[in-house]
Amino acid sequence: MNAPLTMKDYETDQEVRWCPGCGDYAILKTLHKFMPTLGLPRENSVFISGIGCSSRFPYYMNTYGFHTIHGRAPSLATGVKLANPELDVWVVTGDGDGLSIGGNHMLHVLRRNVDLQILLFNNEIYGLTKGQYSPTSKVGTRSPSTPDGSVDRPLDPCSFALGAGAQFVARSIDTEMKHLTEMLGRSHSHKGASFLEILQNCPVYNDGIFEQVKNKKTAADSRLVLQHGEPMLFGKELDKGIRLNTSLLQLEVVTLGEDGITLADILVHNESNKVLAQMLAGMHGPDFPEPVGVIFCADVSGYIEDVYAQRIKVREARPPADMNALLRSGHTWQVD
Amino acid sequence: MSVVEEVSVAGAQARVLEGVVVRFAGDSGDGMQLTGNNFTEATAIYGNDLATFPDFPAEIRAPAGATFGVSAFQIYFGSDDVTTAGDAVDVLVAMNPAALITNLKDLVEGGLIVVDADAFTDKNMQRAGYKANPLEDGSLDAYRLLSIDISKRVLDTVKPFGLSHKFGLRCKNMWTLGLTMWLFDRSRDAAIAGLRKKFAKMPDIAEANVAAINAGHAFGETTELHAGIEMYKVPRAQVSPGLYRNITGSEALAYGLLAGGQLAELPIVFASYPITPASSLLHTLSGQKHFEVVTFQAEDEIAAVCAAIGASFAGSLGITSSSGPGISLKAEAISLACAVELPLVIVNTQRGGPSTGLPTKTEQSDLFQAIYGRHADTPLPVIASSTCSDCFEVAIEAVRLATKYRTPVIVLSDGYLANASEPWQLPDFNDYEGFPVVHATEVEGFSPANRDPDTLARVWAKPGTPGLEHRIGGIERDAVTGDISYDAENHQKMTLMRQAKIDGIARDIPLQSVDQGNTTGKLAVVGWGSTYGVIHQAVKRARQSNMDVSHVHIRYMWPMPANLGELLKGFDQVLIPEMNTGQLIDILRAEYAIDAKGVSKVSGQPFKIREIEAAIKSQMESK
Ligand code: SF4
Repeated sequence: MNAPLTMKDYETDQEVRWCPGCGDYAILKTLHKFMPTLGLPRENSVFISGIGCSSRFPYYMNTYGFHTIHGRAPSLATGVKLANPELDVWVVTGDGDGLSIGGNHMLHVLRRNVDLQILLFNNEIYGLTKGQYSPTSKVGTRSPSTPDGSVDRPLDPCSFALGAGAQFVARSIDTEMKHLTEMLGRSHSHKGASFLEILQNCPVYNDGIFEQVKNKKTAADSRLVLQHGEPMLFGKELDKGIRLNTSLLQLEVVTLGEDGITLADILVHNESNKVLAQMLAGMHGPDFPEPVGVIFCADVSGYIEDVYAQRIKVREARPPADMNALLRSGHTWQVD
Repeated sequence: MSVVEEVSVAGAQARVLEGVVVRFAGDSGDGMQLTGNNFTEATAIYGNDLATFPDFPAEIRAPAGATFGVSAFQIYFGSDDVTTAGDAVDVLVAMNPAALITNLKDLVEGGLIVVDADAFTDKNMQRAGYKANPLEDGSLDAYRLLSIDISKRVLDTVKPFGLSHKFGLRCKNMWTLGLTMWLFDRSRDAAIAGLRKKFAKMPDIAEANVAAINAGHAFGETTELHAGIEMYKVPRAQVSPGLYRNITGSEALAYGLLAGGQLAELPIVFASYPITPASSLLHTLSGQKHFEVVTFQAEDEIAAVCAAIGASFAGSLGITSSSGPGISLKAEAISLACAVELPLVIVNTQRGGPSTGLPTKTEQSDLFQAIYGRHADTPLPVIASSTCSDCFEVAIEAVRLATKYRTPVIVLSDGYLANASEPWQLPDFNDYEGFPVVHATEVEGFSPANRDPDTLARVWAKPGTPGLEHRIGGIERDAVTGDISYDAENHQKMTLMRQAKIDGIARDIPLQSVDQGNTTGKLAVVGWGSTYGVIHQAVKRARQSNMDVSHVHIRYMWPMPANLGELLKGFDQVLIPEMNTGQLIDILRAEYAIDAKGVSKVSGQPFKIREIEAAIKSQMESK
């Protein structure tokens, strides 16, 4: 196969079985379009998922794929990379799969910085099991298991990732193909674990939870598109911005031209600033715009790379492997 | 201990024995395991056959003098066919009152006790539960007592090296080792060389310990010991010529896995999570990076097995290991490996259970778990190692079956095998036949559901291979295309296919042989796993007293050897000693409708030869 790959090359003959209107379709289409742009041999890509609506993803990608068990995709993927560091490995997971049953694995795969792209489709609900609330559901979510509204507080995926020590954390939106494509590219080029939260609409069980951020009419005022080195401005007229209130040590929304606010007051995004990243990850509506883009990106070595580097070092210092010599290591004696 | 004769060695009186059991016991911080290992090495060099059994508490450093913190190391060495660490103790070295009170019950009448008299302080005796000083109140009259002020002597010996009181006392174990070396006429050279190597960066400590060994030895040589205490002589064993080393089951297993990887021509990814008594496998393998092995200490048991499965999907051999509770956690993922038909080796070093149970003690109670302990119909091969060195062969066999049949394989070892040691006549690795794995590369006609018509093994196509891109997963797969399928008939077909594949392995394993005795007769003693050594001795003794008894030891627990049912039906009675409440009995009954009688021991301690011997006798007399 020498001709450049196209979108078609990444599609499979499997009937896609998500509900009509599901945000997953848009994400899949973006992936199908994005993958050929990498110019990689298709056989080197591997998609690994757990269980849930999002986890059906590998069946629809004509690469190597493994639909595994609930919550464990990060561990399976770690094994794949340990066995063959050359592979381009993607993990597709959801808020229940990745942050509830698989929360521990997510924590550790990020901490270790295993070189993977982790796409977490966050729809704030359990879809496949018919609509129970999830660990990212807002307080008060009514679901079959919480008919009177959920009472436990949700977690924020990007804050979790940062807390776990992730070196790349970004957020995008299912239907924003251009932005999502850009974020996939950034995730892919990052060495180590890349954590990309994708806000995904589940029209069947949790319709419209991201409407404010997604809707063309409201998006400008409720979405903050982060750009490294650029001031954090938003709003139709780009007249609103984020300022650091130094006396309260918190972010606040200000309007240019009001109360003497100028561009100089607006925070400039710096992807490598972890403190800023933590503040941004925890910034949510309705009083704040929802930040999308690369929240944090640091350049440190990845786990797999370090494992193999250490192995090379050990090998340089030791004679080559010899089974008979190993068996005869330690004290031996001859009986005549 | 049977006295053969009295001879004179180096001018001193010595008793000649066929075999002797020595147990070193002290606080877990007293260095008893190190002492035992040193003595074992000297004994191997001397030329005795031997077996050892370390027995340590769950607490890493229990409060000094506490009975629950006693750590012991037992060695049985002799001049003939040693296969167990011995029933009763002939020589007990007790470093404190707690060690004496907890171990005395295993000492034979007339046995020798060596104690550190200085450790018998009021506080220590009270802590151990002694009301009066046992060294003085006559309660040890049935034994021979060698009570020495070891602590004081050690401190005197190491004074020139400028060690603190605390560090000086740490040399007590080496002083005791020196004395024991003298008792049994062992060479101190290897132990001394070992100390100098171990403490190469701290020459004062090394030399203090060497001085302590020499002082203990000199004490034996020069002191007029009172009547009845003399040197022992245990003649060299008649063992077949060759090169030997001492090996623990856990080392042999680790080496076997590496060997299996080489024979399969596959790199290994070993993923594990720390758990007693299985962790030593991870420790050993992580020190062998010059081999084709990558080790991974996962965040939990589930991640460990999943990483191993991921590695197998990528074309390596994934291996994971744990003990019973950890295997429970891995169960869901093992079923995934059964479903997607990828190779995987799972090592279970069994321990006393349920739950945390007795983590440092041994048991064989995970047999049901290994064979049946997963959701749905998920048969898989289960094989059990019977001795320390057998762990090497079993590990290789597990790799062979896993890679040939593309299935998870469970290896059953146990806490006893993992920590015990025996001399191993080293095989030449060049004599082992390879079983190289060939991954699929042919694009024409490829389907991830393709299988080998003979073995029924599913095709193994690894990522990175052009043109073989495919998806696998836990949802039932179509028998032809491998695509997801909810079809009723297909599921029936696939379930039976997976079962037939595992059943077919029975054709690829050796027929069940009889270890000792005739192939038919009055009584077959059937064992599996680490009870091999004791059953071997018990049956040998019974046969020496003219009983018609045979020993059958099973390695292939699932599927079982094709002739096993017929073989067992050739005996009037079947007796099954197990360190559980009778799991193999149920399996044999279910498979072959054979009625067997059990001997059960679940005390966390291995069987004693006499316990099995007694069961054989009563069984023979019952009919
Ligand atoms: S249940 Fe929701 S998330 Fe799942 S496929 Fe349907 S719409 Fe999509």
